[in-house]
Amino acid sequence: MITAAEAMVKCLELEGVKVVFGYPGAAICPFYDKLYESDIHHVLVRHEANAGHAASGYARMTGQPGVCIATSGPGATNLLTAIATAYADSIPLICITGQVSTDQIGCDVFQEVDITGAAEPFVKYSYLVKEAADIPRIFKEAFYLAGTGRKGPVLIDVPQDVQMRMINFEYPSEIRMRTYKPAFKGNPLQIQRIHDAVNSAEKPLLIVGGGVFLSGAEKELRSFAQKAHIPAVSTMMGLSVFPTDDPMYLGMIGMHGLRSANTAMNTCDTIVMIGARVGDRAVRSPSFLAEGKTIIHIDVDPAEIGKNISVDIPLVGDCREILTELCAMEYDNDHAEWHTEIHEIKNIVSTNEETEGYINPKVFIRRLSDRLPDDTICVADVGSNQIWTCNNFGFREGGRFLTTGGMGTMGYSLPCALGAKLSSPDREVVAICGDGSFQMQMMELATVIQENAAVKIIIMKNKRLGMVRELQTKNYENRLIATDIGNYPDFVALAKAYGIEADRVSTMAEAEEKIEKLASSKSAYLLECNVYKLESTL
Amino acid sequence: MKYTVSVLVENHAGVLSRISGLFARRGFNIDSLAVGATNDPTISRITIIADGDEHTAQQLEKQLNKLVDTIKVRMLSADELIERELQLIKINAAPAQRSEILTLCDLMGAKVIDLTATSMTIEISDSTEVLQRFHSLIEGYGIKEIVRTGTIAIQKGAVTIR
Repeated sequence: MITAAEAMVKCLELEGVKVVFGYPGAAICPFYDKLYESDIHHVLVRHEANAGHAASGYARMTGQPGVCIATSGPGATNLLTAIATAYADSIPLICITGQVSTDQIGCDVFQEVDITGAAEPFVKYSYLVKEAADIPRIFKEAFYLAGTGRKGPVLIDVPQDVQMRMINFEYPSEIRMRTYKPAFKGNPLQIQRIHDAVNSAEKPLLIVGGGVFLSGAEKELRSFAQKAHIPAVSTMMGLSVFPTDDPMYLGMIGMHGLRSANTAMNTCDTIVMIGARVGDRAVRSPSFLAEGKTIIHIDVDPAEIGKNISVDIPLVGDCREILTELCAMEYDNDHAEWHTEIHEIKNIVSTNEETEGYINPKVFIRRLSDRLPDDTICVADVGSNQIWTCNNFGFREGGRFLTTGGMGTMGYSLPCALGAKLSSPDREVVAICGDGSFQMQMMELATVIQENAAVKIIIMKNKRLGMVRELQTKNYENRLIATDIGNYPDFVALAKAYGIEADRVSTMAEAEEKIEKLASSKSAYLLECNVYKLESTL
Repeated sequence: MKYTVSVLVENHAGVLSRISGLFARRGFNIDSLAVGATNDPTISRITIIADGDEHTAQQLEKQLNKLVDTIKVRMLSADELIERELQLIKINAAPAQRSEILTLCDLMGAKVIDLTATSMTIEISDSTEVLQRFHSLIEGYGIKEIVRTGTIAIQKGAVTIR
């Protein structure tokens, strides 16, 4: 017999978990006491939301569910934003929370909150463990649920007394769930229909979403594009599936996308959406877009198909499975005329005006990506900095982009970058954020230094909440309120206070030298970029 | 458009809140929701009467199916189902009116389950249509209180949902 707390740790070990992110408290102490004896590396974050975001970064790079831990009450509620973020972006997480003892549940005792109730709208599933003996089954199911089908966060809430009970530990070898059977293979008839539709189309276009990464179908997707001669655009979550300069590829669509990509999307006659959910930021007016076009939608979640756009050929299944089958077919239409047109569309470029005495973030990000290694993991935060990065960071073969496109959670980039770095210590990881978003996460500088994680941090400091300022200018008659965040703190001094190397860059003339210093540093490094206060997002 | 949905779900704590939360969250309008264990005690059957267009109905079905606790979802069309709702109705009934009300109850298949000097409590179980007709017949006496279970439905003939 072992305690349920020990069983929880054993379950994690048996699932192959190497790193967990968390923040302890009284109600989760029995679990931590057993983690003491484990080889699992625990990363102590400085705020529970960041445990979730770091686990998200880790999960996205390993392809396995990331694990985050918090205590009951405020610990658990702090985790909520990270859970919702992971849910919106379909990131597999196992969120373990301590709960007050079963005899106290419902009595409003110290640090008690109904966390399974609070998280219900944005978890894939949740468990409030009442029977200690259920722990092995619940953990087995949780990992399976989080990591299969439409991936997402699963919450396991374990009361303190349950953690201390003794159980016979036996980890189930198989899943027995009569209700949950995610689709895997695509319907062969529909696959044939898709083949015929793209082969006979005059102007087919692929819209690549984050689901392609989630099913590990990057290679298969690109071979399909090549084989069937279909150009591609990307949603924010699908960025870096294609290298930025791939001749088949036109960039990001949507409200903040490139004109070229949006033009291609509007002029094509057949759209193949794959692992994309037609979010409002990607497609503002789905019914307008669908008019006169053949819409093909491939997704693992049946509920996404037909939700936001009416579909001519729906196909439910795993992207990689389906693309493998589509790649095995022959395509004799090379869409030559369409490719000539695409070539012209690609030449539509937006111009960038440089403001004297400041860093032009768009040009700067291009130069930064030129200098960094091909396989760099680039994490963008939320706001103008995100769009600058999406549209200007040059992704190359093996590179990877991470951001929260669904939730748009400020403060995501640094903890996510930390998680990504811990999963891939040999790769360069750069977090790009604004001075607004950085201040929602800067406590994690402590975690970065504690973990000795060589994360590179870029702060685009325009002393404004730039994207909201832009909204106020455009839509609210320039009545600016609550968007001026001033010229503080001194981020360079702040980083140094944490023991992190830091520098500042104010003009484009010094950009190259400063980028070189950042790129050649072997440890964590922060670079504050002086950006004009009215610098536009696009 | 009104539609009837039968949902088989795992019979454990938290399932009903997941289902009802889904309706609120996705903006589906429900008229009634009735739930109870089936002959298999590990399974509950939920009958939902909802309102909305065809797109909404399809989305509702997909979202219900997506819930991990859902075993089966079946949209039932009006011509293939038998529906019933149980209602308990308390009305004003002076002694002089009793025999008249009793006749009405008798004709409509309702039963008097409680009686005082000034009131009567009636039990009736029938389809929505019949219940509406019964209401119109007795409302003249003054309805004091109505308690209803919500509609449950089963398919006609030998077919089953399992």
